[in-house]
Amino acid sequence: MIKKILIIIFTTFTLTLNVSAGSDGDLLLKKNEPSEVKDCFEKINRVTFAFNQTLDGAIFKPVASLYRKLPSPAKNGVSNSLENISHLLTIPNNVLQGDYKQAGINTGRFIINTTLGILGIFDVAQYLGLTNYEKEDYGQSLAKAGVGPGCYIVLPVLGPSTLRDTVASTLNFLGGDPWYNITVGKDTQYFENSDYYISKGTSGVDFRAKNYDSIENLEKNSLDFYASVKSLFLQDRQQKILNSRKIINTQDDSDWEEISQ
Amino acid sequence: MKIRKIILIIFFYFLTFGNSFSIEADIFVQSTVNRASKVLSENLSKKEKIDELKFIAEETVDIKGIGFYTLGSIRKSLDDNQKKRYLKLFREYFLKTFSSRLSEYTNPEIDVYDKEVLSKNYTIVNSVLKGTSERPEVKIDWRIYTKNPENPLIRDLIIEGLSLARTQKEEFASILSSNNNDINALFKTLEEFSNN
Repeated sequence: MIKKILIIIFTTFTLTLNVSAGSDGDLLLKKNEPSEVKDCFEKINRVTFAFNQTLDGAIFKPVASLYRKLPSPAKNGVSNSLENISHLLTIPNNVLQGDYKQAGINTGRFIINTTLGILGIFDVAQYLGLTNYEKEDYGQSLAKAGVGPGCYIVLPVLGPSTLRDTVASTLNFLGGDPWYNITVGKDTQYFENSDYYISKGTSGVDFRAKNYDSIENLEKNSLDFYASVKSLFLQDRQQKILNSRKIINTQDDSDWEEISQ
Repeated sequence: MKIRKIILIIFFYFLTFGNSFSIEADIFVQSTVNRASKVLSENLSKKEKIDELKFIAEETVDIKGIGFYTLGSIRKSLDDNQKKRYLKLFREYFLKTFSSRLSEYTNPEIDVYDKEVLSKNYTIVNSVLKGTSERPEVKIDWRIYTKNPENPLIRDLIIEGLSLARTQKEEFASILSSNNNDINALFKTLEEFSNN
């Protein structure tokens, strides 16, 4: 049954979206332009967003508030370990995007930090010149291959996404995420299913704690908090797909110029 | 001969005068940040801090430019009275959110480290807000409008690559689109926010 649903989603996805390989930077930029991403399910999205906010207030916010009080070395250790695990998903996506050099660097980072860095608690690799780590996922790889984002979606618990990224993330559970494979997917004697879910939950808390003040501030000063979060998410996604801040910084010049005339 | 001499004197006078009053965008940002940091670290009440920050914002931010930018394409269809009303409401809204956002920080340390001249009118200044035990280091880029080099103005803050002006623009667009692009709905929302 699940397989059938996945096939239907995949078929709909490929039929409704314009897939074209070999997009250049400008096309990538245009395709992933936040103002161009349609909010096809806005009513449902707003309901899910309200549900997520309630969940955040009940669980994530209080836990993140306590987490923030931990000493910095402890928080850094947790962040580093989670980042180290994320290399397992980043490396295959570096390869899919044709970024073999970065795949090599990230493999080096993962090996060094898992061993010398004691399961990733310490980012030893950065002191050896292996810096500038950027997370990659299947959504970004599809985007690089020319797949447009499709509609904006707010997922329960997981938060903002796009149709492309949601479909792409199912690949994680179909063998695409080595961390999922060794914890939940296959019965190994080294890891439990709970290791996967704990790591994902902790990632959520770590993100919430790092952005605690910013989120509070944004909520307090927004006229439409839903729209602000959507805009920030899509800007961030566009930036991650392009792996460049420079384009984002300069792309709105024409809008500004119109005002100055 | 005498006229030529006078013209030359005037020319060199303005050349020297002009140069001495132009302000480099990075120096402008660092001095603005220092002014705000001083206010935030002083022993003032929250209201006094907010008033001081509003004063700094009025001097250094192109509120009118940001206001029109965030309004998007609908600004072309507004008449003069609507534009005037919008700018008044936007100014109140902007100053309230700006000072409220900043007044939460007690002693922010921002270091300007680089700049990129995009055109005659724009320079991006790069800075970093130093991390504390509770929050990580944050990269902040400033879009500075340099059309008048003697009076540069801030037009956008790009925090970790995310533009605040752009977010604001999309927020306003959302309010307008859920109200059939009725500008009065935006006026009402801005008014309610400023009065709360």
